[in-house]
Amino acid sequence: MRINQDKCIGCGNCTYVCPMGAIYIDPETRRANINDDACVECFACFNGLSREVLPPKTARFARRAVSNLLMRFDPDPDICPTSAFEPNELEWPRSVRRAFSDPRVPHGSTGIVGRGTEEVKTNDITNRVDIGEVGFTIEFGRPGVGVRFHQIQKMSHALAAIGVAFEPKNPVTSVMLDTKTGDLRPEILNEKVMSAILEVKVGVERAEEVIRAVWAIEKELDTIVVLGVGVRCDEDGNETIVAPILKKLGYNPQRAKTNLGLGHKILREIRPEEFSATPEVARP
Amino acid sequence: MTNTLHRYGTAESFADDYVVIAIPSKGNESGGDPLPALKRFLQIAVAYHPVSIGDATSGGSIRPTRHHSMWQHFFTKRPIQPDFQTVIDGISRPTTFSAVFDKRENAEAFVKRIADEDFGLSINVSSSIINGLQCCRAAGVKRHSLAYSLGFEGIPDNIPDRHALMLSTMCGHGLVSLALAKKMISFVKENRLKPDRAAATMSRFCSCGIFNQSRAKRIIEDARTKTF
Repeated sequence: MRINQDKCIGCGNCTYVCPMGAIYIDPETRRANINDDACVECFACFNGLSREVLPPKTARFARRAVSNLLMRFDPDPDICPTSAFEPNELEWPRSVRRAFSDPRVPHGSTGIVGRGTEEVKTNDITNRVDIGEVGFTIEFGRPGVGVRFHQIQKMSHALAAIGVAFEPKNPVTSVMLDTKTGDLRPEILNEKVMSAILEVKVGVERAEEVIRAVWAIEKELDTIVVLGVGVRCDEDGNETIVAPILKKLGYNPQRAKTNLGLGHKILREIRPEEFSATPEVARP
Repeated sequence: MTNTLHRYGTAESFADDYVVIAIPSKGNESGGDPLPALKRFLQIAVAYHPVSIGDATSGGSIRPTRHHSMWQHFFTKRPIQPDFQTVIDGISRPTTFSAVFDKRENAEAFVKRIADEDFGLSINVSSSIINGLQCCRAAGVKRHSLAYSLGFEGIPDNIPDRHALMLSTMCGHGLVSLALAKKMISFVKENRLKPDRAAATMSRFCSCGIFNQSRAKRIIEDARTKTF
């Protein structure tokens, strides 16, 4: 991403919206600039800021004039008044930043947008995590700090060392050179991304071992780690196997994604008349 | 894909936060075209009074504005109410679709309706564990799988910036920056913005529509008068 210096009026709105804090006003030029090393190419500035087309010279003059009168040029806080953001053509390996940071861009490895993982959201169709198994998602970088791949590699090395299998349909796995060692492609190791998710699956009996392995490495990493634990419920819809393990380890989970088990291999065909022109009415 | 699992907050803070997700499984192309069912999912959602609906590639129901003339700066009022029809009209390819509710009765009635429709899509409820269970009971289905969030390692419940963190983590892709969340709280404190406008400002950065403006307003109102 770049900021057109001819257009920027230095209003500072964009400095707040960058999740990585990589945008700042240069005190010499009084224009916004981007710290390229910290920027993860998430496009929050380009896609999220609303765009206006005020003439830059007039807007700068107006800002200076009201400032001299101890008043404030006060555009809405999510506006770039002159549409100054312009995307760069990204080349490898920098392009990996956008693939892992801009949720609108599908991951080539999985074809899924966002963080590129299905986890247990489609478990009712894929049966990715069966009864007696635990699927872990180990996410790095959120909220608001980002992560470099060499940090992720520390974790992938540790998990590979205890012999766990990485989920093949996962964007981080797709940039591994060797899933037996957890080695990532060397040219991306210093690239920074908003967040990334490692996925592994083990038998229930190894759940505690995996969590303890994550704890040991997480303390060494200069980023934030968050764990998700995917499990299959029993025939009655209960989950009584993994919850006690989590409790024993000191966790008290509050939030979860609940898969309702409504997925089928074959989708129901929607009849054209179902898309009625009249507004849908909620049933009592 | 939406990313809603790791929202910061206690179970009580999710009382008005139900994200219902419809997703077709990748690699199941032989099962039929999921796009009509996904579109129908959103159409039905609108009848149950959602806070927001969204599609993971095109955006949510409050989107950034684009001006084409400088005069719009002075004479165009920017919308802060969700525009559901734009989301539905903009659907172009099958991806993850979502509907966000702030009332238990609406969420449960919608989930029951979707279960009755039997589209064959994978349906998930992202909320507190008990809210998800109650939705299943209301729909008469049993939980198939669970994805627990174990929380952010090293970030406790009692940090000073917890309001900002609750706002920022409502976009699971990290696009609502912590700095913007803090700024919005400050603007409301200074009475430079109303809470609904501050919530709309943040939701424009959420690219898949799962930002819960209703919960955001409540959090900002709470933060207006106290840090903790």
